[in-house]
Amino acid sequence: MNSGKALRTVQYALAYLGALISLYPIFLMLVSSLKTNIQILKNPVALPTKLSFAAYEKLWKQIPFGSYLTNSILVSVLAVLLILLLGVFASYYIARYQFRWNGALYFFFLLGMMIPIKLGIVPLFMLMKNLGLLNNMGSLLSIYTAIGLPISILILTGFFRTLPRELEEAARIDGCADFGVIRHVLVPLMRPALGTVMIINFITVWNDFFFPLIFIQDDAKKTIPVGMMSLFGQYSADWSMLFAGLTLASLPMLILFILASRQFMDGMTAGAVK
Amino acid sequence: MKKSTGAIGWRKGAVHLFPLPALVVYVLFVVYPIAAAFGYSLFDWKGLVRGNFIGLGNFVSLFTREPFNHLFWNAFGHNLYYFAIEMVVQNGLAFLFAWLVYTKLKGSGFLKVAYFIPRLLSVIIVGFLWKLILNPNNGVLNVLLKKVGLASWAKPWLGDTHTALTSITLVNSWYGVGFTMLIFLAGLQAISGEVLEAAKIDGVRGFRLIRTMVLPMMIQSVIIVTVFTFIHAFEAFELIFAMEGSQGEPYNSTDTLAIFFYRIAFGGSSGGDSVAIGLGSALAVILFLIIASVSALFLYLTRNREVQH
Repeated sequence: MNSGKALRTVQYALAYLGALISLYPIFLMLVSSLKTNIQILKNPVALPTKLSFAAYEKLWKQIPFGSYLTNSILVSVLAVLLILLLGVFASYYIARYQFRWNGALYFFFLLGMMIPIKLGIVPLFMLMKNLGLLNNMGSLLSIYTAIGLPISILILTGFFRTLPRELEEAARIDGCADFGVIRHVLVPLMRPALGTVMIINFITVWNDFFFPLIFIQDDAKKTIPVGMMSLFGQYSADWSMLFAGLTLASLPMLILFILASRQFMDGMTAGAVK
Repeated sequence: MKKSTGAIGWRKGAVHLFPLPALVVYVLFVVYPIAAAFGYSLFDWKGLVRGNFIGLGNFVSLFTREPFNHLFWNAFGHNLYYFAIEMVVQNGLAFLFAWLVYTKLKGSGFLKVAYFIPRLLSVIIVGFLWKLILNPNNGVLNVLLKKVGLASWAKPWLGDTHTALTSITLVNSWYGVGFTMLIFLAGLQAISGEVLEAAKIDGVRGFRLIRTMVLPMMIQSVIIVTVFTFIHAFEAFELIFAMEGSQGEPYNSTDTLAIFFYRIAFGGSSGGDSVAIGLGSALAVILFLIIASVSALFLYLTRNREVQH
């Protein structure tokens, strides 16, 4: 049984070493943001003896971090709402009616999950230009809604199909029209599926860097990830401010995750495995 | 009487409005741009203005004109390398971690969360953070190496053509390992425990158990992960852009097809043409065909597997 014990020890060592490597860089980011530049350069590994919030003050004063944050929140919330709204109606139609083309329509939407949309960025850029959406939040909202729909329709359609039809029929007899059926009967039952769709899309939109890089030029209209690029371009020597920027950029998502880590991980796997 | 039939007819028709907004948005912003890229690739472009139809001319230039032909194969090789390292390091570790969590080590709930956390950060943040960690002078990695007496291992990780691409793929593995672990874990948990118990009683253990029993039973997850990894490796852009810029520095040693595409399409190209939409679109089409055909092949393989079992 000795070799079993040795094996178990190795397993524990590997597992916790992996966890350490996963977490240490993030810990380092948080800690370094509370040190002064001199402390970081003298000993980047050491814990701060005294917490300094100077980097955060500078960050707030010298770059428009407040507007990056506002833009990120606005774009993420609006895009997720649009995806939910459009996705629920399309999925309800696909799952609940038996028109001849429904199978094809479903498949057509699902194809979107396989399409590497970034390769269409040149025509997309021209399209946004012609629609007058360049350098405008509308460009981000439309592209995020479009790329979020396929996976959302997959999850929502799967969910609508599991719901018993009798529920809707009962509601209909009670005099609810189609919109009413969706709003009063189905939506409350769908909380878990809606939650999954919200989480998957929120992570994608909040963290995306590519589309604002191409579509947005004004500093005041940038979201946090692109804002970080200006920060690293302008203040590349001010490490404590850089760490503070990275921390502030990641904190909202980390806090949400701590509040609902189960839902996050279940949601992400549901999206991948389905 | 007539009025009520009319109302029912209208209501029946109105049902078709349900999927319409989603369909319009999806076609306009996902399907159209990809289809248009195919069209764009067949024309000669002067800046942002479309010129004559030139058939496959852009494709020919891409493969015959210096420096494009050279840069294409250089980048293609890097994409393959990216894929290989992700498969071995990221997915190998992901499977190991999934197995460890599955065997219910103490604290496996915490471990799962810990592996997953890096996946929550924006890729650009990951790139910038690791750029600081890998800094040759003040970066934590080299400082730690010096502290433990391995000063000779310290390197300018991102500035050396021999280590730059590997460093980036390892950072990518750090970022992606937790998510892949979750997919593997879902696959493992779908295997019936009784089958594994029976195998153990028959004396099948350790690596043999994993190779002959576990992996074949979760082949679905393995194939999903392989397809994801392939698509991801051939789309590799953000992390390299954050860490080595649009030139794939040092000396194009981290250039990938997507970075090369960005350079051709949005400027900063080393090829003379500042913006070459035709050439860029041709490259996008080739990249699209590589990704689409390989993913289709993988998915076709899964379908066969399902029939066999």
